[in-house]
Amino acid sequence: MFNKDRWKEILEVLTSNWFRTILTAFGVFWGILILIVLLAAGKGLENGIRSNFGDIATNTMFMWTQGTSIAYKGLPKGRRFTFKLEDVAAIKQKVPDLRFVSPRNQLGGFNGTNNVVRGIKTGAFNVYGDYPDIINQDPMSITSGRFINQLDIEGKRKVAVIGEGVRTSLYDVGEEAIGTYIKIQGVNFMVVGTYRKNSNDGNAEEIQKEIFIPFTSFSQAFNQANNVGWMAITANDNSSITQLKEQIFTVVRENQKIHPQDLRAVGHFDLFEEFNRVLGLFKAMRWIAYFVGVLVLLSGVIGVSNIMLIVVKERTKEIGIRRALGENPWSIKLQIIMESIFLTIMSGMAGISFGALVIYLVNYFLASNGPIEMFANPSVSLGVVLVALIILVVSGLLAGFIPAQSAIKVKPIEALRME
Amino acid sequence: MIEIKDLHKSYKMGSNSLHVLKGINFSVEEGELVAIMGSSGSGKSTLLNILGMLDVLDEGSYTLDGVPIKDLNETKAAQYRNKFLGFVFQSFNLINYKSAMENVALPLYYQKVGRKERQEKALKYLEQVGLREWADHLPSELSGGQKQRVAIARAMAAEPKVLLADEPTGALDSTTSYEVMDLIQKINDAGNTILIVTHEPDIADMCKRIVHLKDGVIVEDKKITQVRASQYV
Repeated sequence: MFNKDRWKEILEVLTSNWFRTILTAFGVFWGILILIVLLAAGKGLENGIRSNFGDIATNTMFMWTQGTSIAYKGLPKGRRFTFKLEDVAAIKQKVPDLRFVSPRNQLGGFNGTNNVVRGIKTGAFNVYGDYPDIINQDPMSITSGRFINQLDIEGKRKVAVIGEGVRTSLYDVGEEAIGTYIKIQGVNFMVVGTYRKNSNDGNAEEIQKEIFIPFTSFSQAFNQANNVGWMAITANDNSSITQLKEQIFTVVRENQKIHPQDLRAVGHFDLFEEFNRVLGLFKAMRWIAYFVGVLVLLSGVIGVSNIMLIVVKERTKEIGIRRALGENPWSIKLQIIMESIFLTIMSGMAGISFGALVIYLVNYFLASNGPIEMFANPSVSLGVVLVALIILVVSGLLAGFIPAQSAIKVKPIEALRME
Repeated sequence: MIEIKDLHKSYKMGSNSLHVLKGINFSVEEGELVAIMGSSGSGKSTLLNILGMLDVLDEGSYTLDGVPIKDLNETKAAQYRNKFLGFVFQSFNLINYKSAMENVALPLYYQKVGRKERQEKALKYLEQVGLREWADHLPSELSGGQKQRVAIARAMAAEPKVLLADEPTGALDSTTSYEVMDLIQKINDAGNTILIVTHEPDIADMCKRIVHLKDGVIVEDKKITQVRASQYV
């Protein structure tokens, strides 16, 4: 297959009619270019959406109480209950593979009355009682000072970390916030840090207006005893929270004397499931890109096949001569198929290279003109390029097969008679 | 060398069939130079095609150099053609994008002869037909007689048992015709078996034996005294 004479012949045939060869090659070039660009665009969109999710630990679910719907062990249905710290301990103990189990409490701020006072300034903010772990589940960047730590929890210190939004509401421009006191529902807390959260969603403004205080301080200051408002639970990276959550519910149901079939008692929001749904969308998009790309490529391949048929027709007499001189029919077939594959791969390579150039240019403009919402860093992986190459070889084979068959179908004597 | 017994061949033309060869018995010894003559439609080209394994016979038997030629698939037929036969056509049938040397080397390529040896042999045969200095020219740069000489060199390159020529001078003027015949006679003198299909009596007279075909049967088969073409050149 790799002999010099055959390659020489392939080049001779393909270069004997440059214009036609290039027009034919363009069909394949265009097909593979569209495939690459579509896949890159899909990837860009995916990257954009992923960056919107930000650094939030996506393997996370949030869980709250809703009241029972089935009577159980002498307790009536419609019973209200609250999570306790014992539930948190039980979950940590009985369910493996959990990375963080963070109990949380909250004082409603928005839509509510002003609950935070500093001097003559007031504001309505969400106030959370949290453990230090929460910064891993709901990431924020600390802009000054520090976040809550374990000593704050143990000492029930009255400290607070405030958002940059809170700071602008309660402080003058340039005023130092660290070390000052704010009054939350009549209790004084010392500000030890400020934070900013990244988001380009609609709630970007709202999430800067939160105040975090140690969970234990929250319980004591606002008379929560060992109540837990809700929980944020994150699984380890190698397991999925969607699979683990039933175990968690079972533990909670046992602890809280809830009927095992009572699905309504515990409410939850599974971020991982939502995230996977979005990922599923990208998978679908990738399939659409492949589908469209391959179809466009197919029309190019049909073009190649068509031209090869014409080439074979033109060369019928030559093929007849070669067979009269004793060329093996298989050798002729191989020749035609190799011509077709060569043409397809060459034009495909050109398409891939040009696609890479287009992607490079788009990235260049994105980099120089700043980010666009929902679109970042379009790219195709090496795997995709390999898949494209395989598609090219297969399609070259297909394109060459029918012409090759027709080339050896004509009897040498008929081929020789052709003028 | 060639042995044909009771050869029949007919072509289907729609519903009725055309009986072209109606029982040919014919044999050729090694070293003969045979002219097959006949008017058009007499079946002479069909006979040559069957001899050249380009066409298959309907009835009868064909033995070439002791090998029975029957039930060949295309691969086998190609192999036999390459090994046993050299073809010379009326319209030269050179491959027009290959140089004279490459054309001559082609049968050797199909025999999987190495590149270097192929070139040497091709040049040797081109030398024999007197076209060594034209080796790098394309067929379009050669005259008719030169083309036919390249074709003869190509036919000889594989060192076949039998050379089959279908109207080798049909497209040439008489001077070049005689040149080509001179070459053929010289090849024959070297001991090669040659069959020529022609309808020109003067060309036939330059052979050693004339077989007349008429309506699919041999009407005359005679040995003659050869007229040397060199006297006209």
